[in-house]
Amino acid sequence: MAEYSWPKQGTTTLIGKEVDRVDGVEKATGAAKYSYDIVLPKMLFARVLACPHAHCKIKSIDAAAAKSVPGVVSVQLLAKPKEEIKWQGYLLACVAAETEGAAAEGLDAIAVEYEVLPHFVTEQFLEAAEAADRTGKAGATVELENDAPEDEDEDAFVEAEVKRQLEAADVVVEGYYGIHSITHCCLETHGSTCEWQGDKLTSHLSTQNVSGTAGQIAGPLKLPASDVTVHCDFIGGGFGSKFAADEWGVICAQIAKETGRPVKLMLDRETDQRIAGNRPSGFVRVKLGADKQGVVKVWDSVQWGTSGIGGGGVDEKVVPYVLTPPNRRSRAVRVSTNTGPSRAWRAPNHPQACALSQTAYDDLAAKLGIDSYDVFLRNLDSASNKKADVYRAEMEIAAKLMDWKAKWHPHGKGEAKGSIVEGLGMAIHTWGGAGHASNCLLKIHPDGAVGIQLGSQDLGTGTRTAIGIVVAETLGLPLSDVKVEIGSSKYPQSGPSGGSTTIAGVSESSRRASQDALRQIAAKVAEKLGVGAEQAEKMVAKEGRVFVADKPDAGMTWKQACALLGMQPLEVQGKYNPGREKSPLSSSGVAGVQMAHVAVDKATGVVRMKKFVAVQDIGLIINRQCAASQVYGAAIMGIAFSLFEERIMDPATGAFINADLGHYHLPRLGDIGEIVVEFYEPASEYERGVIGLGEPPVISPGAAISNAVANAIGVRVPVLPITPIRVLEALGGNGAVPAKWTSGASS
Amino acid sequence: MTQPTRSNPSRGGFHRRDFLRGSGAAAAATALATGQGLAADETGAAVVGPGMSKITLNVNGADHAVLVEPRMTLLEVLRYQLNLTGAKPISGDGTSGGSTVFVAGKPVSASTTLALTCVGKPIQTVESLGGAKLDPVPAAFVHNDGMQCGFCTPGFVMAVRAFLNKHPQATEDEIRAGLNGNICRCGTYANVIMAAIEVVKGGARG
Repeated sequence: MAEYSWPKQGTTTLIGKEVDRVDGVEKATGAAKYSYDIVLPKMLFARVLACPHAHCKIKSIDAAAAKSVPGVVSVQLLAKPKEEIKWQGYLLACVAAETEGAAAEGLDAIAVEYEVLPHFVTEQFLEAAEAADRTGKAGATVELENDAPEDEDEDAFVEAEVKRQLEAADVVVEGYYGIHSITHCCLETHGSTCEWQGDKLTSHLSTQNVSGTAGQIAGPLKLPASDVTVHCDFIGGGFGSKFAADEWGVICAQIAKETGRPVKLMLDRETDQRIAGNRPSGFVRVKLGADKQGVVKVWDSVQWGTSGIGGGGVDEKVVPYVLTPPNRRSRAVRVSTNTGPSRAWRAPNHPQACALSQTAYDDLAAKLGIDSYDVFLRNLDSASNKKADVYRAEMEIAAKLMDWKAKWHPHGKGEAKGSIVEGLGMAIHTWGGAGHASNCLLKIHPDGAVGIQLGSQDLGTGTRTAIGIVVAETLGLPLSDVKVEIGSSKYPQSGPSGGSTTIAGVSESSRRASQDALRQIAAKVAEKLGVGAEQAEKMVAKEGRVFVADKPDAGMTWKQACALLGMQPLEVQGKYNPGREKSPLSSSGVAGVQMAHVAVDKATGVVRMKKFVAVQDIGLIINRQCAASQVYGAAIMGIAFSLFEERIMDPATGAFINADLGHYHLPRLGDIGEIVVEFYEPASEYERGVIGLGEPPVISPGAAISNAVANAIGVRVPVLPITPIRVLEALGGNGAVPAKWTSGASS
Repeated sequence: MTQPTRSNPSRGGFHRRDFLRGSGAAAAATALATGQGLAADETGAAVVGPGMSKITLNVNGADHAVLVEPRMTLLEVLRYQLNLTGAKPISGDGTSGGSTVFVAGKPVSASTTLALTCVGKPIQTVESLGGAKLDPVPAAFVHNDGMQCGFCTPGFVMAVRAFLNKHPQATEDEIRAGLNGNICRCGTYANVIMAAIEVVKGGARG
């Protein structure tokens, strides 16, 4: 069993440095080809017809007229008469045509008769959901310091004990908090461009799961999976919504087969918003009890939310979030709505759980008149991940960067500049981020050329660059000398990009392969030089040379070393299967701290970001520049769901009424304020090896920003996103809000 | 109850027109090199369509003969006839800035510009900023990592290029105020701001 390790800290040339993306120029000049960009001879353009109703039965569907529209080549009916449809956007038909315009016109010519059925699309008020008979029991999690006596009914004891604990508390906070559903908004919509070569299919699929989607397409087409190649050099966003080939991925391949022509089927923006994924909503009623110092002793909550027709919502196991008092009961109710199905959204459950619970901790600080910072600090010993020390150290760093102590004021007691008040808020998060299973094939040619292939993908993380850095560092070569190929299911299988597992996973396989290859080459160099086996083991590769560690002259150039391979290239497979044993190269478990500074205009309700600080532990950093970008990006996505974006469902029509990018508000460049990213990296972090980073920093902005707004205006705006109307409602309207707006439809 | 049979009206795509009139189209019609698809209506005004017409577009300094229907957007023609896929279809309505190109030197959304209206006007796409002599704007994007998934990046690069052409001395505040026509979902704004500042400092006008 070969030994694997990272270079000693401080000795690296590329690892941990700021490295520009190897594919950056391609992306910045439009040369990078995404699935949407694949242009093939005689290619057809396909578009889908989506159901306009939230709940209906198809009475009839007639596509005869569509077939005679000039330019239309293929019409596929996907829904059948009598079929019941339970959410808006459900696919009814697909038209492929010579041009986009002809496809759109073809869709218009399809005649559908609907029997419209009653719908339920707004889950914010539990009583309304119960009245509509749309609720179901979900999970319940209970932890108590005291055990039930032998002969007592468990449920009755829990009920009584929670009540007793609340009565015994010095202070009780009751709160209502919520966070609406949001969508993924991948800027490249979901879809593929498909082409057949005889009986073999290539699907240029926009996917974060290159190695895992070929089989999903092959199955329904009754093809052996080996006859399907999934290819995706670049993906225009995924965020958890592009793990599957999806119904439309299969339809695209079918139409290409039927017509004998390549087909491009990318969802239109509105349909993508409606059916290609969303993040479940969450609402909660909380009672917590604490002592006078703000240490929480007991938590009792009932939460509800939706992930679509199947109900669901946020996992109650992570509520309360990170800070988990010794006595707690969190119960969940599922609400079934006629809305498109949820998909994993960056850090599933965590952003909502954080916004539903760390807001209550901040309200406790407000009630006690204590600095929120101190309330978080005093509750760190209850951290679910046992990382109180890390949080404590990070809070100090963050507070310095934010100038927290100087800027802090009790809730609602800040100095107003006209109608503008400012405030501070903070929140903390946790995540795993262990590397996924990954295989690679490293080829070293006798002329010194180096290439590596993995069935991985670049979600935006900078995967190619990270792999290149690891291989180049290990072999002592410049980054430009390593050719990294990812994005094809023909390459060795590597995991899907989800759960912040990619960089650790691909670093594992590529480091292992590179170290194995170097050992083989070093043995040949040692043999050539006539040095003993002991010296051979001390061989290193640096600055284009392979030599005995402490004798730079006892060696040769990389090219000379590779020439010793003879006629054939050296092929080495790198394999990483997590879970068998603890790897020296990667690990998991992070704890991050974030702080927000906002300005709120009480006259208009507008919230502006002034400053956002993110302090994150990360383990060993492969590419410092791309790592920082992940945190900046997560902070900005956090600002998005805290202040701007929301799936707005119309109770009257059942429609997702802002299913576009004009009315579905995302922040713009001018909306983000100053963002400060700081990595927490004592020497011990490097020793932990590589840990995923994509998810953690997106978790706490919701609570941090909500807490900052509450600190500014002195009242809680209970539901995210904190839009101007909700701020005005929380402030009591100031006469600025028409009564009908305050009827719950908006808040 | 039975609903009318028209389906989702917001699917995008341009509806067929029997003919297209107006200054842009008329100018385009007059500029058409061939008689194909060109006729005169009763009033003598030039009429184009409804089928394909052959027109010439000047893109990145070279003339290209393309076949267009009146309803075709510049974006479709650039991407699917000239294989210039840097400009991206993102929102379909110009909201995202992802399809930003220059027409007659001005930034426009190619997704909401009809190809016919561009006859006789030089068109510049993001691809022109690449190649052997990399423009300082994409170079600064790479150097400041102003990209993640990269799908919004070409449109953003064009927006920054246009903005800095107009405001070569822009301050950070002006950059934050003046580049709000583009959407990024990955959250690259902070790095894009740094990239723009770097270009200003380098005094690079491109």
